[in-house]
Amino acid sequence: MADLLKADGAMTGPTEAKDDGVRRRDFINIAAVSFAGIGGIAALVPLISQMSASADVLAESSTEVDVSAIAAGQAIKTMFRKQPVFVRNLTPAEIAAADKVDPASLRDPQTLEQRTKKGKGNWLITMGVCTHLGCVPLGAGQGEVKGEFGGYFCPCHGSVYDTAARIRKGPAPKNLEVPPYEFTSDTVVKIG
Amino acid sequence: MSFPWAKHYKPSHPLMVWLDEKLPLPRFVHGAIGGGYPVPRNLNYFWNFGVLAGFCLVLQIATGVILAMHYAANSGVAFDSVEHIMRDVNWGWMLRYGHANGASAFFVVVYIHIFRGFFYSSYKAPREMIWLLGVTIFLLMMATAFMGYVLPWGQMSFWGAKVITGLFSAIPIVGEPLQQWLLGGFAPDNAALNRFFSLHFLLPFVIAGVIILHIWALHIPGSSNPTGIDVKQESDTVPFHPYYTAKDGFGLGVFLLIYAAFVFFMPNALGHPDNYIAANPMSTPAHIVPEWYFWPFYAILRAFTADFLFIPAKLMGVLAMFSAILCWFFLPWLDTSPVRSGHYRPLFRKFFYILVLDVLVLGFCGGSPAETKYVLISQIASAYYFLHFLVILPVVSSIEKPEPLPFSITESVLGTDAAATA
Repeated sequence: MADLLKADGAMTGPTEAKDDGVRRRDFINIAAVSFAGIGGIAALVPLISQMSASADVLAESSTEVDVSAIAAGQAIKTMFRKQPVFVRNLTPAEIAAADKVDPASLRDPQTLEQRTKKGKGNWLITMGVCTHLGCVPLGAGQGEVKGEFGGYFCPCHGSVYDTAARIRKGPAPKNLEVPPYEFTSDTVVKIG
Repeated sequence: MSFPWAKHYKPSHPLMVWLDEKLPLPRFVHGAIGGGYPVPRNLNYFWNFGVLAGFCLVLQIATGVILAMHYAANSGVAFDSVEHIMRDVNWGWMLRYGHANGASAFFVVVYIHIFRGFFYSSYKAPREMIWLLGVTIFLLMMATAFMGYVLPWGQMSFWGAKVITGLFSAIPIVGEPLQQWLLGGFAPDNAALNRFFSLHFLLPFVIAGVIILHIWALHIPGSSNPTGIDVKQESDTVPFHPYYTAKDGFGLGVFLLIYAAFVFFMPNALGHPDNYIAANPMSTPAHIVPEWYFWPFYAILRAFTADFLFIPAKLMGVLAMFSAILCWFFLPWLDTSPVRSGHYRPLFRKFFYILVLDVLVLGFCGGSPAETKYVLISQIASAYYFLHFLVILPVVSSIEKPEPLPFSITESVLGTDAAATA
């Protein structure tokens, strides 16, 4: 290639092939089209990236919840990242029901202990977003159906969650997601 | 298609002669849908539905562009702006009802058009490309209709958007980032609504472009016909204009009667009352369903409730739902029978009617709540659906003995054909 670049026009015209069959024009052609192609691909980056969540959507929103008014057996719905969160105060019977299950038999094996904070084992805090297709399961509100495992029931496609919000039946692949959270005091939880 | 006997375009007026030299648009129209396009003489009313589908697209673009003049694509005001169209904008109620029912009408027409293709094997050589483009148009229509349904930002709009974009989260590894990329956030919100509006406005024009390719590809071999045999002679055809312009005009009149009955007397019959409740991210409606035209595919999605080998149930459902349409792309090569028309294929014909029934059952299940009995019926019907395309069609094609074909289209119409005995 190097000697092609040095090729003098008098001996070999731009359209004439040298001994190795490569013309000066071939090089220019490939170089120009490659450069344009790389430029075109680079131009796609902003066009694709603009679709992703914008800065205001991504801005870490955190929600503080006062849980002192939630009696054992009750739950509330709150909001985090524009999606519902369930904060549930489990009864001893519900904890016992969750602990009785062999995790190995589950679709998404986890124990209740792994899904709660140490010393706060009765507080089950999960996203209220079914892991199947994103509906809000029932069971957190007063008088809502809790499903046959006493946790949550998704009315869209019939996924059933147990008292540790683990998937037990239906099409959902995973347990209800536990968002990042911490207790800032005995009665206040900061989600996010 | 220019059969040798196709009428030539001969402008007589000096202005038309001048135009023909500069831009032969009238010549193009004459050859495409005018006297210069010879069409089999025996087309039945099932051949009206292509033109009707084209009419529906024009109807949707006309009403849609006007609605866009009054609609506001912002999650804060979208719902109210739709009510503004309904209550305050002059004739706004008619334009919106016309557009909403126009979408249903479009799908009715296109489903009949597709099943016409199934029965008469319109997908077979030499018309494979027409079929492939048609399936592409159908996929674009589904995307357009889905995004349009999100725009009123009611409860069904919101949860429809959440569930359908949730389908993508089933894809391993890239699924969740992909869903967030599609939505521009963690859940449907202003970013999603705006981009859906933009794409809902764009895609109909993409559809119009693919329709041009669809018709272009059609004009190379020419229209098929109910006997499925090829055109042999001039007496097999009539010019598109005036014969089929008249027949299509009559069909359009019948179509408009039914369409107007819906728009003016039962405009919400095919809609869902929950969509008159503003979107609420905190509460899912008890029974969320897509619009009726997605029900068969929705039933297939829900039919998968157990993991299969290493594939989770959710991904299986999504794959099956997309495969239900993608398998149509392979139809020209799955059905190997040399005979096209179902009229001469006794065994194929029976299975065709079972498929129609099967899709109706799937549609019924897709519109029903996710209860055990409907899920079980969906599972059986989904299994049969794939069995039909992937097993029954190839097997029937190879074992079936077709009935004798007529000598020509002319003979099938008149009972005799002089050319047959000559």
